Amino acid sequence: MTAVEARPDNATEIGRDRRRKEDARLITGRTRWTDNINLPGMLHLAMVRSPFAHANITGIDTSAAESSEGVVAVLSAKDFDESLGACINAWPITPDQKTPDHPPIAGDRVSFAGEIVAVVAARSAAAARDAAEMVEVDYEELPAVVSLEEAVKDEVLAHPDLGTNKSALWVFDSAQAGTGGSVDDAISTARQDGIVIERTYRQQRLIPAFMEPRSVVCDPTGEQITVWSATQIPHILRFALAATTGVPESKIRVIAPDVGGGFGGKLQQTPEEMLVFAMARRLGKPVKYTETRSESLMAAHHGRDQIQKLTLSATKDGQVTGLKVELDANLGAYVAIVGGGVPVLGAFMFNAIYKFPAYQFNCQTVLTNTAWTDAYRGAGRPEATYAIERLMDELAVEVGVDPLEIREKNWINHEEFPFTTVAGLTYDSGDYATATAKAKEMFGYDELRREQAERRANNDPVQLGIGVSTFTEMCGLAPSRVLGSLDYGAGGWEHAQVRLTPTGKVEVITGASAHGQGHETAFSQIVADRLGVPFEDVEVLHGDTQIAAKGYDTYGSRSLVVGGEALVRAADKVLEKAKPIAAHLLEASVEDLEFTGGKWTVKGTDQGMSIGELSTAVFAAHNLPDGVEANLDSEATFDPENFNFPHGTHLCAMEVDTETGQVKMRKYVCCDDIGNIINPLIVAGQVHGGLVQGIAQALWEDAVYDDAGTLVSGSFVDYLLPTAADTISFDIDHTTSPSTTNTLGTKGVGEAGTIASTPAVVNAIVDALRPMGVNDVAMPCTPERVWRAINEGSAGGGTTDAAAPHFDPSTGMSGTADRPEGDVQ
Amino acid sequence: MIPASFDYVAPTTVEEALAALAQYGDEAKVIAGGQSLLPVLRMRLNAPEWVIDLGRIDSLRGIRDEGDSILVGATTRHSDVATDPLVAEHAALVARATATVADAQVRHRGTFGGALAHADPAGDLGAPALALDAEFVIAGPGGERVVPGSEFFQGLFETAVSEDELLTGVRIPKHTGWTAHYEKFVRVAHQWPICAVGATLKVSGGVIEGAAIGLTNMGSTPLRAAGVEQALVGQQASEEVVRNAAALAADGVEPPSDLNGDADYRRHLVTVLTRRAITKALGASWT
Ligand SMILES: Cc1cc2nc3c(=O)[nH]c(=O)nc-3n(C[C@H](O)[C@H](O)[C@H](O)COP(=O)(O)OP(=O)(O)OC[C@H]3O[C@@H](n4cnc5c(N)ncnc54)[C@H](O)[C@@H]3O)c2cc1C
Repeated sequence: MTAVEARPDNATEIGRDRRRKEDARLITGRTRWTDNINLPGMLHLAMVRSPFAHANITGIDTSAAESSEGVVAVLSAKDFDESLGACINAWPITPDQKTPDHPPIAGDRVSFAGEIVAVVAARSAAAARDAAEMVEVDYEELPAVVSLEEAVKDEVLAHPDLGTNKSALWVFDSAQAGTGGSVDDAISTARQDGIVIERTYRQQRLIPAFMEPRSVVCDPTGEQITVWSATQIPHILRFALAATTGVPESKIRVIAPDVGGGFGGKLQQTPEEMLVFAMARRLGKPVKYTETRSESLMAAHHGRDQIQKLTLSATKDGQVTGLKVELDANLGAYVAIVGGGVPVLGAFMFNAIYKFPAYQFNCQTVLTNTAWTDAYRGAGRPEATYAIERLMDELAVEVGVDPLEIREKNWINHEEFPFTTVAGLTYDSGDYATATAKAKEMFGYDELRREQAERRANNDPVQLGIGVSTFTEMCGLAPSRVLGSLDYGAGGWEHAQVRLTPTGKVEVITGASAHGQGHETAFSQIVADRLGVPFEDVEVLHGDTQIAAKGYDTYGSRSLVVGGEALVRAADKVLEKAKPIAAHLLEASVEDLEFTGGKWTVKGTDQGMSIGELSTAVFAAHNLPDGVEANLDSEATFDPENFNFPHGTHLCAMEVDTETGQVKMRKYVCCDDIGNIINPLIVAGQVHGGLVQGIAQALWEDAVYDDAGTLVSGSFVDYLLPTAADTISFDIDHTTSPSTTNTLGTKGVGEAGTIASTPAVVNAIVDALRPMGVNDVAMPCTPERVWRAINEGSAGGGTTDAAAPHFDPSTGMSGTADRPEGDVQ
Repeated sequence: MIPASFDYVAPTTVEEALAALAQYGDEAKVIAGGQSLLPVLRMRLNAPEWVIDLGRIDSLRGIRDEGDSILVGATTRHSDVATDPLVAEHAALVARATATVADAQVRHRGTFGGALAHADPAGDLGAPALALDAEFVIAGPGGERVVPGSEFFQGLFETAVSEDELLTGVRIPKHTGWTAHYEKFVRVAHQWPICAVGATLKVSGGVIEGAAIGLTNMGSTPLRAAGVEQALVGQQASEEVVRNAAALAADGVEPPSDLNGDADYRRHLVTVLTRRAITKALGASWT
């Protein structure tokens, strides 16, 4: 795709593939990331972290560290009081949820490997790091519980004082909710005379692996305490700091400067942020902490880690009659800010694009001695989409029809929108048939099926598989009322302000907090069109609670569909305010004015005034109508009435080398319906990046712990992230069913690719291997697993939980090659 | 990630480097490309007090023709080895293997000698060097000694180079006219191999006159598949000969088990990769 920079004057900004205006500073490094902030007298922190997953702390000796050069303070839990605050869980999913206290620094006991036990402040980052190694902590190891399978047995407890690992059981039942029938009835009927498919799928643990490691700076020297953090959620962080430390919110300013990615991984109030805040206040000096990549992988929150037990019932000809989901979700050691809520966000999506008459969802959240889990791109919906899209393929096999045919038989038809689903959501718009037809054509579906048949017939060592994923998702978080009904501790509106400067430039303030999405460009396009000003004249400000005072930040594909609508409304208020002033200055009546091309004109004359000229006149305020204030600036808060439901058809062809188990992507096409598109180039970026992230779950990424709770995949040597060299070019296109829940008609696209692609890839691999009796390959589909699946007819089994040692302390020297005790600093 | 502080010295001759090693003893580490040493230091797996940089010793860099063999200087960068005409002509297997190391950035800093001295059994250069009967030139306080590959690789990250010595170069007997292929098996492109097989062959009139097969990451050192070589030499190259020979690749190997595959899987994999490496080295059309 090429970016066209010139345009005819009458063309609109919306729909143009503008290059992102923020990229020059982001890509060249001209911007200041949090770690680049250096303040006079600033101190640096290093964290001492537990190497054990579960242990009592029997003693901490800080004396050597304290006398190390450049060290200012070495503190452990006993040195802090309640003004340290706490890490909050904002979404207790049930009233009786078991929620362990989560202090930012462990006191008597550590609950996962990587938990902070002491903090060092020193004059340089190197001095802090050196001293951290000198802190001596005595641990008395306790048995650790790591896997979900073990944790649900309640034999080894992650938090012995809670008496159980089970945190909350959350249930949705369509019969009870009145949105559908009884799933147990549907299943027993199908057992008599129909099809019942029972499967267990694992969503492996993933690590968000954002490019910029987390970093926090706090300056306590002003009247307000200023915190810079590489976060997705400056507003929520400010609230949490105030709510848990007792410092009035009005005394705290939080700034999220340019932030290098998040993928949900920076949707958190972190122990590190709380400690930086406390240390700065205590020492009276600016303080900085930037994590290492090893710390990031070990102690920033992880994602997914669920086991899904699924039962699908259908008639013999493939009409689904019910779906029952029994899901265990690994919370890790603590219930993160929305940790328990992540699987609940998936609860409404297992029925996907289909008309299921009965549905039941049971989710057990479970505590373990592992890093805490929370949102990761898609949060709940990728898991749901994976489960149902894998099951629909299984059903197609059972019935003996093409996987697209079984979907068509069950999906909601275009004429049936708006459609209220068995999970109780009302989908506003969509057209699954058109998107599927388009995707099939782009893919060359029939031809690839022919090739597949040939390879099967020839017993080709390289088999071809075709995978389908017809996804939908709920995004645009979220209607505040719905969040309230789910016991979520916050709202879901978004706020925007539009300000006009005396010279007629426009400042847009949004409560959304971009961290790589391109809001500055897309929001400028929206406002440029709305006010009829040049794109270049719009400046988007965000991520500073002193500038963007109100907001709910960026996650859940919400910024455009919620924040963009707030922006439209704020801009429209500017026009409303401007109209009587324009009429006054043009000496016409309000009824005779019209606004076109950025100008108020008097109908039937050539007289007019641009919004820029008006803002200059308002600045001077020499000649305003009586009783009208000298201010065009406006703001709006938008609370959506519904979620937003993008959908699409994704088709993937995978080649499987049956001799080695190696898989290779041959072709990937998708046709997504995300409503109206503001900037096709940004959308393409979101789709391509999203696809790679979902494909990576299918093929590469896996956060593996050993039985003792040590993270084995603790570096990028072992936690495999793909690069451009590992992916192919994707063919993407769109159908357009404008959303009816916002006036721009847009739907979220931030997570779509990730949600859709994982099952498309695994379906393709399984499809290739069906003739060999394979009906599942566990994720990630490593060559080893694929090979085992072929040879054992299994799902491929587990992998060895040991990493290959490429970096050895004694490297290059003769003598012993034993590695020293796991040092996790 | 910040390494513990260390002092740094950059000698310009081998003698000076050896003197520095003698002086600082086990408190020193030499650095070549730093692609393995720096991660070790930054992750604080080791904290030497001295780092001795070989980068300014000109005599250690470059590739020379020595008549029957070529000498690859220890600090010659991967990117130079991979594109060198002498290497391409006389040690094609080394060129091919080196081109698969990591990514362009790592290849522009990492060195031939550094990689071999590091002795990671998953490193791509050990098996080709072993297969080509390379000799390792080691300089120490008592002068120079030369050891064959079978003695050089002693175990996981262990070589014949002792703490007061340096690897100065690797002498590779010319294998002019030998065809070669390095079959590397990875999950993502920038990875060390899960398993790899280097095959280089001399074929005349369809008869395999010479065969050298090296195995990467199939034990704690690089390995040579002698059984496979024997099964090939003297045979008319055919699909069946290759298949039968390759089936011997796993004989007696004790590969590691890790996240990317267990020992059984690697034992299977090595036979497939050996077949493919030989087939591709032969330029044959069967697969
Ligand atoms: C991301 C990444 C991916 C990689 N992938 C691969 C791969 O796919 N395949 C592969 O083969 N390698 C891979 N490597 C390793 C790479 O080849 C390194 O360059 C190599 O292992 C070390 O070479 P170096 O010159 O950088 O040595 P250094 O890191 O400088 O040194 C390594 C060790 O050898 C010692 N040493 C160095 N030179 C000498 C000498 N002349 N005499 C005695 N001792 C010496 C040092 O003291 C040190 O202990 C990878 C490295 C990285 C960082």
